[in-house]
Amino acid sequence: MLNRDEDILKAAEDWQKAGHGVALATVVETWGSAPRPAGSSLVINDEGTFLGSVSGGCVEGAVVTEALDVISSGQPRMLEFGVADETAWNVGLSCGGTIRVFVEKVG
Amino acid sequence: MKLETLKELNAERAARRPVIVVTDTANGEQRLVKAKDFAADPLHAELAKALRMGKSTNVEVGGKKLFLNVYAPTAKLVIIGAVHISQALAPLARSLDYDVTVVDPRTAFASPERFPDVPLIAEWPDVALPPLNVDHYTAFVAVTHDPKIDDPALLHAFERDCFYIGALGSRKTHAKRAERLRAQGAKESDIARIHAPIGLDIGAVSPSEIAVAIMGEITATLRLPPKEKEVAA
Repeated sequence: MLNRDEDILKAAEDWQKAGHGVALATVVETWGSAPRPAGSSLVINDEGTFLGSVSGGCVEGAVVTEALDVISSGQPRMLEFGVADETAWNVGLSCGGTIRVFVEKVG
Repeated sequence: MKLETLKELNAERAARRPVIVVTDTANGEQRLVKAKDFAADPLHAELAKALRMGKSTNVEVGGKKLFLNVYAPTAKLVIIGAVHISQALAPLARSLDYDVTVVDPRTAFASPERFPDVPLIAEWPDVALPPLNVDHYTAFVAVTHDPKIDDPALLHAFERDCFYIGALGSRKTHAKRAERLRAQGAKESDIARIHAPIGLDIGAVSPSEIAVAIMGEITATLRLPPKEKEVAA
């Protein structure tokens, strides 16, 4: 409830200080039975290492791929995953919910 | 997120001070608002509500869609008294995600057999409390019925501005306690902050029911808007 993402944001800071490209992905909106609430986040570095979760495992793979693009371009983007979305079926948000995930570069 | 913002966010989180990061999701513009700056912020009502509910949320202001990401410290519960009520209260509070610590100098009460999964400190409040970093995000409950233990603990809770302070005892017992605390220099405004008799009035009889009444009152204090604001609205 109140306790979440405890070490993830610290890891993002440490990665950045160590010279890595880092992105932060945050659930900003959910509809239906989304597995993780708004505010949940995932941090990704330029080696594809990630910590945290935005969906309990359903769409993390797709988010990491997008995050690597964001690290190289520097441009934030909004991702949407849900059952109405063809690609969502592919990555498998099978719980029936829809989530929007904001991905931004750190630094 | 700028590295500076991330650093500031992590520093505030480490210090157990609440913050909200406001992001314009259309362009990535971002700012960090510390709880102490909420009152002066144009979004103060939205920020205050999001923090009280501990819930990240979206708001639309002047045609802009903003995401408010709430970073609230984990609430703590300090229980003075390893008594029967505490045996029910500690697991209940943990199921509500509180970090729970039980303090009681009486080793017969403060035994791991009676409190198998709860951090337990068998020391007097003056020794036990300072290392616990009791702060505003702490609910503080004194249930020993022994003034030698409860009173100094309550004085510590006043000093640390706990968001909830409750003490076991009837109105009569509490009136005597108020006198003692006053004699030890406590302010009237602090004494008035003590919830006593403790817990919501739900006709609780058993220790478990009293624990429910106490957690209900703590939850209400954490989540409901302050009373004076309700009246003003």
